[in-house]
Amino acid sequence: MDELLLARAQMAMLFAFHIVFAVAGMGMPLLMVIAEAAHLRTGEPVFLELARRWARGTAVLFAVGAVSGTVLSFELGLLWPGFMAFSGGIVGLPFALEGFAFFAEAIFLGIYLYGWGRVRPAAHLLSGIAVALGGAMSGILVVAANAWMNSPAGFVVMDGKPTAIDPLAAMANPAWPTEAAHMTLAAFAASGFAVAGIHAYKLLRDRENLFHRHALSIALAVGGTAALLLPVSGDFNARFIARDQPAKLAALEGQFRTERGAPLRIGGIPDMEKGTTRFAIEIPKGLSLLAFHDADAEVAGLESFPPEDRPDPLPVHLAFQLMVACGTTLAAVSLLSAWRAAARRGGLFESGFLRAVVCCSPLGIVAVEAGWAVTEMGRQPWVIRGVMRTADAVTPVGGLIFPFAFFSALYLALGVSAVWLLRREVSQSPSFPLEERAAGAPKE
Amino acid sequence: MPDLPTLAAASVLGALVVYALLGGADFGSGVWDLLSRGPRATARRMLIARAIGPVWETNHIWVIVAVVVLFTAFPRGFAVISTSLFVPITLMLAGIVLRGAAFAFHHYQLHEEGSRPGWALLFAGSSLLTPILLGAIIGAVSSGEIRVNAEAPAASSAWLAPFPLAVGLLTLAVFCSLAAVYLIFETDDPDLRDDFRIRAHWSCGAVAVLMVAVPLLARFGAPDFFHALLGSDWSAGVVFLAASAALGAQVSLLLRAYGLARACVAAQAAIILCGWGAAQYPFIVRPDLSIPSAVSPPATLRAILIALAAGALFLFPSIFALLRIFKKEAFLGRPPVSRG
Ligand code: HDD
Ligand code: HEM
Ligand code: HEM
Repeated sequence: MDELLLARAQMAMLFAFHIVFAVAGMGMPLLMVIAEAAHLRTGEPVFLELARRWARGTAVLFAVGAVSGTVLSFELGLLWPGFMAFSGGIVGLPFALEGFAFFAEAIFLGIYLYGWGRVRPAAHLLSGIAVALGGAMSGILVVAANAWMNSPAGFVVMDGKPTAIDPLAAMANPAWPTEAAHMTLAAFAASGFAVAGIHAYKLLRDRENLFHRHALSIALAVGGTAALLLPVSGDFNARFIARDQPAKLAALEGQFRTERGAPLRIGGIPDMEKGTTRFAIEIPKGLSLLAFHDADAEVAGLESFPPEDRPDPLPVHLAFQLMVACGTTLAAVSLLSAWRAAARRGGLFESGFLRAVVCCSPLGIVAVEAGWAVTEMGRQPWVIRGVMRTADAVTPVGGLIFPFAFFSALYLALGVSAVWLLRREVSQSPSFPLEERAAGAPKE
Repeated sequence: MPDLPTLAAASVLGALVVYALLGGADFGSGVWDLLSRGPRATARRMLIARAIGPVWETNHIWVIVAVVVLFTAFPRGFAVISTSLFVPITLMLAGIVLRGAAFAFHHYQLHEEGSRPGWALLFAGSSLLTPILLGAIIGAVSSGEIRVNAEAPAASSAWLAPFPLAVGLLTLAVFCSLAAVYLIFETDDPDLRDDFRIRAHWSCGAVAVLMVAVPLLARFGAPDFFHALLGSDWSAGVVFLAASAALGAQVSLLLRAYGLARACVAAQAAIILCGWGAAQYPFIVRPDLSIPSAVSPPATLRAILIALAAGALFLFPSIFALLRIFKKEAFLGRPPVSRG
């Protein structure tokens, strides 16, 4: 493998790892805050136990997120010094603001985790809310930097150097709102469904356990709401890209020819040599309709871009299909659960439905990974679209196989350890049987 | 009033100082965990885990602030440092990851069934190596051995020389001394307090020795830096302050005036870093990359400085709340009463 490919692979690996914990850092605090609020409102100990358990899980995930995020901030320079030398002064601002969101998250998580009984209940809940806000803000702010790479703004290039730099305009780049909204919803959907799946699994063994019932309800409410909004939000992303980043749109739809009334392709394998996407189910005029809300709108295909400016449609299209498939499934299951919860008491706790939720558990995080693959690979060959090529940003240092192998091994070990710790946490479920609800006491 | 670029450089240094005072002490605590032997080893380990549990993640963020301000205000400086010091930075990152994750996992299990030797060892070992690498990076940037070659930038081995490695040891010693003195405040057990007092004596002694050795090595390994450090009009002041802080730390430890001792070790750490900053000024990477040649335009500097100031308004009350809840006793300098 050449060094550029190794650098890209390492970056992808570091991000794919960090994003899992980042998603948890955005979503989990909301779940634990809801549980704690429910406890304060009802006085039921089961909600308190739930908030504590979720908080303990969050602590482990947060620690891994913090260290893997630190690695990223340095790796931006280690792997892409050309990129950082160019853009540090332009998009450093959201990273700096993100730093304060991290502080909010870390400080109040410290208070939340170690402060049970040391601070007043209302103050404790408030620190939980601060953690949730800090988590959401850190995601929203850092996505501004990524959106800027897709849709650069706030500078003018002169002699290969950025001038007339306006950091606020760079941060408020046109791609930010759609990306940030979609990412935030995705984080809630992914963590909501991941958690719901775990509790559904436990319920399959122990149907009457109130602890898992409440947990499932809260996680499904959060994840389901987000999953229903995601296709709507994703539609905004797609329509934005259609105008702003037509090459990416062409790649993610597997659209080679420029045509009016372009079809929407479901599935299919883009074939670069032949210049077509084979085996796809085509919905006539679907793409023009979705992307421009006009059945006869012209969609630019990959052929209208010079070969050296085209992203590779194969991974981008497949990743996009995967995300949409996950998104559709999750939205359907969310609708189903809303209907079941409304239709009858305990409708969420029947084994068929529980099995479906277990199966959906990983889909959110899969969609997140796939969506990022779309965004990042769809931007190629640019690191800053239209401004700097990835090949010009990469480090001159050789031997990148060593850090790549090293961090892969390290992260594998970390991931396995984190899963192992959390698995133990999950396996010792507290028992709050349904009958003893009135008494309200846990039975260990 | 210093100009914007100097202010931005001072912010990077400021973040590093706070990182050393807070995050550095957490690394030092890890080293004391590693070196825990003898009858009260377990008690000391528990004390360390309890002391840094609620705060280490917050303390850790200061290094991120330093990096982010560095790459925003001095993007070329960041790019040059990342390229030339690729190897030690990568190793330091590995240390940061291992330390943080191992501590979190170890601490998590501590609640459950006592410690696991694997995590504990990893936590402690990476606490030892990371500060040395951090110091070596700082030393290498000052050594004058990293030349900025726009044509063929490459990784440098400048950090593998006596001067940068001695700076690494100094960093380690400073972190250990901070940790030892802070930990005295975390317990009211006289034996444990004495344990850490003795450790504080030793590590402050090591700092003092290295404060002499590092400039001596700089004479050969970093001559320009050496002349700036000892030949400027402020040099006598810095040497005087550093020597008084070192002496003050030893004397107050002898007298068991722990509040004063804490002020002295903290001042000593800050003086060392500020002395380094003053001698490094106006360079980011000696001798080719100076503040003016690496700096971002004023609009960026203004934005980042305003962001820092606004963030500080929110940050300091929050950090204060955190410390007040968990470090009340340590804050007020009184031995903690048993909690109900
Ligand atoms: C739970 C996760 C999840 C789900 C269910 C979906 N997405 Fe998504 N999508 C993401 C998670 C995600 C993401 C990982 O969060 C991305 C990557 C970059 C971003 O901002 O969000 C993303 C990016 C992304 C992009 C590229 C944005 C860009 O590059 O600027 C488009 C066009 C869509 N999505 C469209 C959709 C559609 C039409 C969906 C309908 C079902 C959908 N997404 C479901
Ligand atoms: C879309 C991408 C990203 C999202 C949504 C995201 C979100 C988050 C969140 C929510 C956290 C809190 C910790 C946790 O939950 O585990 C976090 C931590 C962190 N992230 Fe990211 N991040 C992203 C990309 C990045 C990038 C590009 C960088 C670096 C340049 C970065 C640097 C960090 C750092 C340094 C931390 C640790 C903060 C701490 O010590 O608490 N992240 N990230
Ligand atoms: C704020 C967030 C992010 C920033 C600033 C960022 C930045 C970068 C940079 C500088 C590169 C290398 C240059 C390039 O290949 O274009 C890169 C590549 C990549 N990143 Fe991101 N990234 C972000 C979020 C993510 C996330 C969350 C993921 C995935 C989970 C991701 C996946 C990738 C992949 C797959 C590549 C390699 C793309 C390729 O070379 O084909 N990124 N990113």
